Amino acid sequence: MDEHGCGGRRDALKCMLWAGTGVLWTVAGGVPRGTLLGSAQAAEAGHALRFVQISDSHIGFAKPTNMDTPGTLAAAIERVKADSLATMMIHTGDITHLSRADQFDTADQIIRGAGLTTHYVPGEHDLLEDNGSAFYQRFTPGAAKGWYSFDQQGVHFIGLNNVYDLKPGGMGSLGAEQLAWLKNDLAGRSSSQPIVVFAHVPLWTVYADWGWGTDDSEQALAMLKRFGSLTVLNGHIHQVMQKVEGSVAFHTALSTAFPQPAPGDPAGPGPVKNVPPGKLRSLLGVTHVRQVRGRHALAIADQVLA
Amino acid sequence: MIARAAPALLAAALLLPHHLKAAPAASQAAVTIDNFAFKTPSITVTAGTTITWTNRDDIPHTVTADDGPPPTYRSHPLDTGDHFSMSFDKPGTYHYFCSLHPKMRGTVIVR
Repeated sequence: MDEHGCGGRRDALKCMLWAGTGVLWTVAGGVPRGTLLGSAQAAEAGHALRFVQISDSHIGFAKPTNMDTPGTLAAAIERVKADSLATMMIHTGDITHLSRADQFDTADQIIRGAGLTTHYVPGEHDLLEDNGSAFYQRFTPGAAKGWYSFDQQGVHFIGLNNVYDLKPGGMGSLGAEQLAWLKNDLAGRSSSQPIVVFAHVPLWTVYADWGWGTDDSEQALAMLKRFGSLTVLNGHIHQVMQKVEGSVAFHTALSTAFPQPAPGDPAGPGPVKNVPPGKLRSLLGVTHVRQVRGRHALAIADQVLA
Repeated sequence: MIARAAPALLAAALLLPHHLKAAPAASQAAVTIDNFAFKTPSITVTAGTTITWTNRDDIPHTVTADDGPPPTYRSHPLDTGDHFSMSFDKPGTYHYFCSLHPKMRGTVIVR
């Protein structure tokens, strides 16, 4: 991509996204490699678990950047439906903009259109009313505080809540009670079982000044580091970021509603306001994740909406 | 410090023309929220002043007392253009933050 002025790996990804191209990230030996979809799919033989991540649908947001968040969520669900081998979906929070019942209703109806079992974790925008009870009752039934785990096709999934009881001056937070639950959840589990952790705010520090990290994530990661395959999927920052540390792959998803600036951008962390006409859907997307036989790491592919 | 039960009504009252106000105007102060920050991060007022926060961001914020848990007051989520008002009647230093974006902090000093 250098000939197009897209130097580093992040720039290359940005350029590919801008051009509306799907990118498959395969992570092997600690080195992420981006490949255009198509050639990569053809090169892969066989798969086991396959699922989709959507994030930050912000139903209720209606500003010039995106006046139709139900429309862009519906477009994302069309991308999900096109992934005919996906067996389930996760939503990494900020389903709504203001936690209102009608916003939850709208999101729920659109997401159900995918026809997939969907597992949710809350974003801070989902817990604005009544300590989040509307969210928990509807989207994490059986998990009153929004954290839970389940197994699917041999992979252990852990949904965490790092947006409740946020402390002044802090970032995302898991809290002692949730960390104790996690320790118990992992006890006795084989280190060879692949683990997928999903939560709204990144579990690694993307940019502390904007709160793009989780204060006590290191304690959670210390418990998880013995596992040979650990994939951490987050949202919140409305852009793709990836980091690989040993056997841990961190990945953040695009929003289905609006893009946010790169960390440290002088414009601040709010919605990008100067999206060129017609370009919005090339900055929104969904994330396809699949387990590939013979590899420890899951393959992650970000797909834009247009 | 008195938390007003109906901040929306108070905000509406503040918008009335002066000659329609029933009572003499108490001391007023304003803090705007712009670009994920309280624009006057530290404001000094006299006792009895009512402070009105106005969110001018595209993203909702709250004004939440930094004295919890639980905080003694927390505004409703303020969407773009929404207001929240509080009267500060007792001298002291009051810290607050946005419960959605806890890096956003502010201080009210009442003399």
